Amino acid sequence: MATKSNTKYTLQRRKVVHRILEGRGDAAVVTGIGNAVHDVASANDDPKNMYLAGIMGGAAMVAFGVALAQPKRRILVITGDGELLAGIGSLATIGVEQPKNLSIIVIDNQAYGATGNQHTHTGRGVDLVGIAAASGFKKTALITTNAELQAELPRIHNKPGPYLAVVKVMSKSSARIDAPKDGTYVSRRFRAAVTGESA
Amino acid sequence: MVSKKSKTWHWSQDVHQLFKKIGIKQVAYVPDGGLAKLLERCQADKSMRSVVLTTEEEGVAQMAGAWLGGQRGVLLTQSGGVGNCINMLSMMQECRIPLLSLVSMRGEWGETFPWQVPMGQSTIPALEAAKVIVHHVDQAEKVPETVQAAAKLAFDANRAVAVVISQRISGSGSKG
Repeated sequence: MATKSNTKYTLQRRKVVHRILEGRGDAAVVTGIGNAVHDVASANDDPKNMYLAGIMGGAAMVAFGVALAQPKRRILVITGDGELLAGIGSLATIGVEQPKNLSIIVIDNQAYGATGNQHTHTGRGVDLVGIAAASGFKKTALITTNAELQAELPRIHNKPGPYLAVVKVMSKSSARIDAPKDGTYVSRRFRAAVTGESA
Repeated sequence: MVSKKSKTWHWSQDVHQLFKKIGIKQVAYVPDGGLAKLLERCQADKSMRSVVLTTEEEGVAQMAGAWLGGQRGVLLTQSGGVGNCINMLSMMQECRIPLLSLVSMRGEWGETFPWQVPMGQSTIPALEAAKVIVHHVDQAEKVPETVQAAAKLAFDANRAVAVVISQRISGSGSKG
């Protein structure tokens, strides 16, 4: 499969993430490893953010576990294409289980941004939207413009899922914004904010 | 104390009742013959959500999410799936999130199928390398009390714990 350049994409990842998180309400957010951590932390270091700075491929299933435990709350995954590819079977599991309150947003720069922008499969023909749709996701979307992003916001935040959107973005990374790194701190802060209980 | 059990008794009865008693709400698994009776009981129980995984590591991540969202879960896997879980287990260690898992062994007591032996023999060292506390049990009567002890260590002391159930109990793959 020929490599497709992503220079045609004009959306900036950080602006996209900030636009989505503006309307999060009481949603809980689980990030994937890499730039997604910085994108989410730069919007607001909300206690209901679980920054996964490891376990590549695990973000969707961590969020799925939260979604089952918190059925009345929206759970958003903000992750990258490389991270989701590492846990691609999760889409099949989530498609079967149909959690209505789970939305997965893939910030797709078609590259492993944290390790030097090496190509991922999404720039070489692998279609994550198609895989999610074929796995039984209720709604899916490919987003390449601000207008398309705007139109999808109600589905991201409110409509029954499971939902997955791939947002094609420029390959340029934004500045690193350090999120709290200590796992015990971030996880207990998240759990207390989401459940109202201390661990 | 090991009580006298009837001939029809199977450890899965008591373990399923224990799951109910301690409030297990999410049961994640990749199927295995050694766990089949327990899986059937859990699937039939509407008070817990049974989730079939494509690979065991999904279940480790799901269990972390369950705890983050305020529920208790259990991961059920054959020993062959333990190797798939190693990187995901770094979340339990870094975040000190509870994990209760039951691992049914292959490649161990009386195994006749050679391809099961490598992962079977690596299972306990791999779990321990990932800082999972291992409770090995090789008598059916002792499975329930072992799971009960593991659940306390997991959910009350916030530790990752695996109950490793010997092939001596299931007899899977040991009949040639």
